Amino acid sequence: MSANGSTAAATWSQVELARHPDRPYALDYVHAIFGSFFELHGDRLYGDDHAIIGGPAAFEGRTVMVIAQQKGRTTAERAMRNFGMANPEGYRKGMRLIKQAEKFQFPVIALVDTSGAFPGAGAEERGIAWAIAENLVAFAQARIPIVTLVLGEGGSGGALGIGVGDRLLMMEHSIYSVAMPEACASILWRDIGRKMEAAEALKLTAPDLQKLGLVDEVVPEPPGGAQTDYGQAADAAAAALLRHLGELEGTDIDRLLEERYRRYRSIGAIA
Amino acid sequence: MFRAKTRYVALPSPRAGVGEEVDRLTCARCDTALEPARLTAALGVCYRCGYHFRLRAPERIAMLVEPGSFNEADADITARDVLGFKDSQPYSVRIEQSRKKTGANEAVSWGEATLAGHSLVIVCLDFAFMGGSMGAATGEKITNGIERALSKQLPLLIISASGGARMQEGMLALMQMAKTAAALGRLSAAGIPYFSLLTDPTMGGVTASFATLADVILAEPGAMIGFAGARVIQQATYETLPDGFQTAEFLWTHGMIDMVVPRPELPAVLRQLLDLYSRSGHHSEFQLQGQARAAATASTLRQ
Repeated sequence: MSANGSTAAATWSQVELARHPDRPYALDYVHAIFGSFFELHGDRLYGDDHAIIGGPAAFEGRTVMVIAQQKGRTTAERAMRNFGMANPEGYRKGMRLIKQAEKFQFPVIALVDTSGAFPGAGAEERGIAWAIAENLVAFAQARIPIVTLVLGEGGSGGALGIGVGDRLLMMEHSIYSVAMPEACASILWRDIGRKMEAAEALKLTAPDLQKLGLVDEVVPEPPGGAQTDYGQAADAAAAALLRHLGELEGTDIDRLLEERYRRYRSIGAIA
Repeated sequence: MFRAKTRYVALPSPRAGVGEEVDRLTCARCDTALEPARLTAALGVCYRCGYHFRLRAPERIAMLVEPGSFNEADADITARDVLGFKDSQPYSVRIEQSRKKTGANEAVSWGEATLAGHSLVIVCLDFAFMGGSMGAATGEKITNGIERALSKQLPLLIISASGGARMQEGMLALMQMAKTAAALGRLSAAGIPYFSLLTDPTMGGVTASFATLADVILAEPGAMIGFAGARVIQQATYETLPDGFQTAEFLWTHGMIDMVVPRPELPAVLRQLLDLYSRSGHHSEFQLQGQARAAATASTLRQ
């Protein structure tokens, strides 16, 4: 093991916490945070993808639009939700919901929790890349505030497909990466066994990404992780979402859109 | 990585020393030993089976635009190792090796040029530079190109060849998807046409961002285009993939692209598109014909 083996091990423990099977998932947060939630189904084009859920929800005196990635808890639910890996229909449902959010001026709360978009033949046939790309534009241009919160795993383009917004928050033990460590190890080392080194090199933890200036706030979790106390995790998430939403709602929408553009435009900008 | 067969071909280019050796060429598809001069004359398309060899960015651009019209921008922008990333070797070393190997500073070249009498912004990715992967500097150059098209109201052509987001730049690379897409959103809102040419291969975060956000999407015959790679899909699903999966032709039958264009026909197709979508007056003959028809119709209706 390399000299930074101990930090690699520490990073890997974060990856494992982010994927902990008892960790609260999107619907756990939704039911804890919002007084009322009506789930909308279907992309109105082909089908309903249960890996991405959403709909209007009541949040502290206003209606917000929730767009979230949902993993399954039981074996049956995991199968139904495809382990939280969305097909094109999921992203197109996300597109439908963000357009509706704009229409009714519901601020958007996007909850990210996926290892990535689904790598399947059908997904490719139905244009998964097209669906994600179109969402990047729709979320970048939506004339409504958007707060994104990463709950567990933020996996690659599959996460970004509902992840463009005005604020990026991450739960303390969540991760967000250009590729999952296993995939990165497989591509760069041609050895999936190097996943711990890959995880360390990718700088995928919430504090690392905050240091890189990509994350606005790291939301504290109860000691040991969110799975130890759903209520405490949800309260911290709700408080952070409310605070950021409040700031954004006070901003002129044209200014907000310009700031959103600059937010991404400045990442990796060369003066 | 060792390649048994040649995939790249060097074509006449303003820059010397790019491309692989051309004294021994074997077609990557049909295994035929090819004469370099004849292959060059055929624009890098196998004259036996039609396989489209990969092209380096300078050669691709030189093949399309009017001679001497390409005015390259940002040629000095190069990748930086912000994360201190190291796999089997440090990323900083990989960057240096790629610069030496390709003679370029990044996996993309862009600038203004003239094509069939139209001024345009052309952005061309280069698979030879770290698999055409998109890092922060790559995304910066692409976005600069898009913003130039917007500020000067010029049509945009992006030619893609990429494995996707560059692993070695982590989230800074992933966010270039959002950056390029946001810029294209502004270009689209301004009514400026964007044409995308997908070449072999175009995958991952590039397919899932700027490459597919065009008004017209073209692709070269046989090009592999997709999001997840076939190997990843097979490992994840154990599915048997259909013949021709993720080829340009496969995407065309599924309604994802507008046209599969053999390389020799590309200049004529681009000329037609630039004429049809132009708002700059180059297509005045077209407009006049249309206006004449409209006037004739109106006078008929009045009678």
